[in-house]
Amino acid sequence: MTDRAQVYARIIELIEPLNPKKVALGENTSFAGDLEMDSLTVMDLVASMEDEWDIVMPLNMLPDLETIGQVADAVTKLVKK
Amino acid sequence: MSDLFSKFDALINERAGLLDLGVRDPFSIVMQQVKSPTEAVIDGRDTILLGTYNYMGMTFDPDVIAAGKSALDEFGAGTTGSRVLNGTYQGHKECEDALKDFYGMDHAMVFSTGYQANLGMVSTLAGKGDFIILDADSHASIYDGCYLGNADIVRFKHNSAEDLEKRLRRLPPEAGKLVILEGVYSMLGDIAPLKELVAIAKAHGAMVLVDEAHGMGFFGEHGRGVYEAAGVADDVDFVVGTFSKSVGTVGGFCVSNHPKFEILRLVCRPYTFTASLPPAVVACAATSIRKLMHAAPKRERLWDMTRKLHGGLKARGFRLATETPESAIVSVLMPDQETTVRMWQAMLELGVYVNMSRPPATPAGVFLLRCSLCAEHSAAQLDTVLERFEMAAAAVGLFAPA
Ligand SMILES: Cc1ncc(COP(=O)(O)O)c(C=O)c1O
Repeated sequence: MTDRAQVYARIIELIEPLNPKKVALGENTSFAGDLEMDSLTVMDLVASMEDEWDIVMPLNMLPDLETIGQVADAVTKLVKK
Repeated sequence: MSDLFSKFDALINERAGLLDLGVRDPFSIVMQQVKSPTEAVIDGRDTILLGTYNYMGMTFDPDVIAAGKSALDEFGAGTTGSRVLNGTYQGHKECEDALKDFYGMDHAMVFSTGYQANLGMVSTLAGKGDFIILDADSHASIYDGCYLGNADIVRFKHNSAEDLEKRLRRLPPEAGKLVILEGVYSMLGDIAPLKELVAIAKAHGAMVLVDEAHGMGFFGEHGRGVYEAAGVADDVDFVVGTFSKSVGTVGGFCVSNHPKFEILRLVCRPYTFTASLPPAVVACAATSIRKLMHAAPKRERLWDMTRKLHGGLKARGFRLATETPESAIVSVLMPDQETTVRMWQAMLELGVYVNMSRPPATPAGVFLLRCSLCAEHSAAQLDTVLERFEMAAAAVGLFAPA
């Protein structure tokens, strides 16, 4: 079973290469505001998370996921399904 | 009070910065006169049109014009009503009949634009609990259809059969699925590997919708589109198209063999809650569609002209979005926004109009000068165009080492 701590740690690893400005990453770091990710980068990140855990993260789910913590929660839930 | 327009400040500033460089606004061109499908007057100057999607040159076809004029006389300027109330005239029926004959399908529904056809079909076909699986580079009207509806939306990597397969495999087998593809992708002018993509969609029990906006008229034996050329007609459930390109007027449609198709007229909001097309427009469209059924010589000319432009640009050192001419769109790759606008303006001042495209309309942050061919372009016009491309590139230093 994958627990949230593992998911969170792996998400941080997946974001690292997409964080050229080396913004400090935490639960409340936001993708648009803090990381200044454009929509194409977000899509790439989503695709890599989907492949990592073999899950589906529908596009319509994304507007509710603003921070790394929220994404970790969502992925944990999808993995347990 | 907070100004609701503040959110546009970044774009307003970006545009101001660009216009301060002394370039003309690429998004506010006015065609003062239109002389033919390939010539107009812009800023008082005779200009060759090389960015209009008027692939088959039907806008000035004498039969099309005559049909429009007589419908205007007989049925008036507009219908003042929805298709499901007072807005279906004889002409709308005849237009749908022309589409059924053109596509060899049982049902046809005419919308007021292609944008609304996608908006309506996508949002209505897939509902809550269903999945839409769409190509990442899909047209804005397809994305907007997704957002208007309630389905879960899954994107796959542009034209990647492998990625589509992977994403379909993860979905619940029993869920309703709609895979949305385009025959031609209008930004880069590349075509979809429909044989592979449609086979995968069918293997996973999905219905398939193909947007043939840029393929109608000159792909496949009957000119139905890339899906016909790819030999997958039997496996495509819905074809969406537009009258604003090869047909040469305005309007949108969906054709299908689904036995329950007609119910959509009552449940598809972008069809129901808007006025129908004017009588002159559907008369022009019906006439044009019927003529496109027998347009083999025009198709051949269009492909000839496309090969000439693609080959000529390549020979002159321009970087093109596709290695070979895959559709009647030839996209020239540009390095950055400023060079793109300067080059675009230089072309315009030399009397050639092309489309300028920039993110977010383009995929992967690319800047493009997009050319689209017309069956009515002459070889002499294209010689001029190629010469002007060279002159413009020299004027802006496109090939100068950075
Ligand atoms: C792929 C695609 N689908 C749909 C449309 C919409 O067509 P229309 O101009 O009729 O709204 C377009 C063109 O704008 C398009 O390129």
